[in-house]
Amino acid sequence: MNRRILIFLIPFAAFLALSVFLFRGLYSDATELESVLIGKPVPEFLLQDIFSDDVQYQQDIFKGEPLLLNVWATWCPTCRAEHDFLNTLSEQGIKIIGLNYKDERPKAIRWLQQLGDPYQINLFDEKGMLGLDLGVYGAPETYFIDSNGIIRYRHVGDVNPRNWSGELAAQFAKLD
Amino acid sequence: MMTINSKMLWMNARKRGVLLLLSSFVLTLSLAAMNQAFAAIDVYEFSSEQQEDEFRELIKELRCPKCQNNNISDSNAPLAQDLRDKTYEMIVEGQSKQQILDYMVARYGNFVRYDPPLTPAVLMLWIIPLSCIALGFVLVWRRSGSKAKTDELSEAERQRLAKIIEEEKSQS
Repeated sequence: MNRRILIFLIPFAAFLALSVFLFRGLYSDATELESVLIGKPVPEFLLQDIFSDDVQYQQDIFKGEPLLLNVWATWCPTCRAEHDFLNTLSEQGIKIIGLNYKDERPKAIRWLQQLGDPYQINLFDEKGMLGLDLGVYGAPETYFIDSNGIIRYRHVGDVNPRNWSGELAAQFAKLD
Repeated sequence: MMTINSKMLWMNARKRGVLLLLSSFVLTLSLAAMNQAFAAIDVYEFSSEQQEDEFRELIKELRCPKCQNNNISDSNAPLAQDLRDKTYEMIVEGQSKQQILDYMVARYGNFVRYDPPLTPAVLMLWIIPLSCIALGFVLVWRRSGSKAKTDELSEAERQRLAKIIEEEKSQS
């Protein structure tokens, strides 16, 4: 009798496990890749300020306090969609560093003048060098960086009120 | 007359269909060949054939992170172009295939390789289905084994059977 129950229970348990696994698969986004840089420092770089080629920055700008690093470009429509919310976040006191990625300088400057500039510092990555080192595969991307300059989280796609209050604000609060 | 005509028409239609199929097949083949030819013509110049071969191998093995199911050789995405350029740059610098793969994996993860290393997760992908098949074989083997045992005749039954056969024979 006991054996009989087992014979039914084991395949049933296997079936349940498989169902849960496949059901989760229905809602996972295969295009969202986990960054391999989580837990690692921001890569070394030397980039110009977008407004002035005399000013250059290095990775030490990420040390001191928790920051967001937002990768954007004028050719990216989703970046336009999230820009207003970045302005809002900046008004709330969240420090954001902008990485203008594979773009043209005059267009980018015009964009910031017209739509507002939510960024503490504007890095100009014309060749996408820092973008490559960060493993950027599609703008916009937002990196959550703690006060030691360590990357803790990456969000691919736009930042909006919905996902900010859902997951991202909590990720930002976790940064130390 | 009418019937022959319509039959001929039908034959023609079938012939035309076959011809159309054949020509579209040839066209597809030649397009594929052209694609290969286009892929081969690139602006990259190498100092040695070995470097060029290595480059070709690498851009076939590296997967475009943006487009998911293309390698960077096939993809037209700007990111694929960047990765091709970077691969070229590193090859010209004299870096080995392994160094270039390590560089890409450090940025994009094992996702970027079409020939990923054997990690525990990959090992599970192999082991689970194989062990299911093995389990199936074991179950089938065990069942057939126990059945054979119950089907076997005892000594008394065998004698009885022999007796019945004998009787049948003598009757006929």
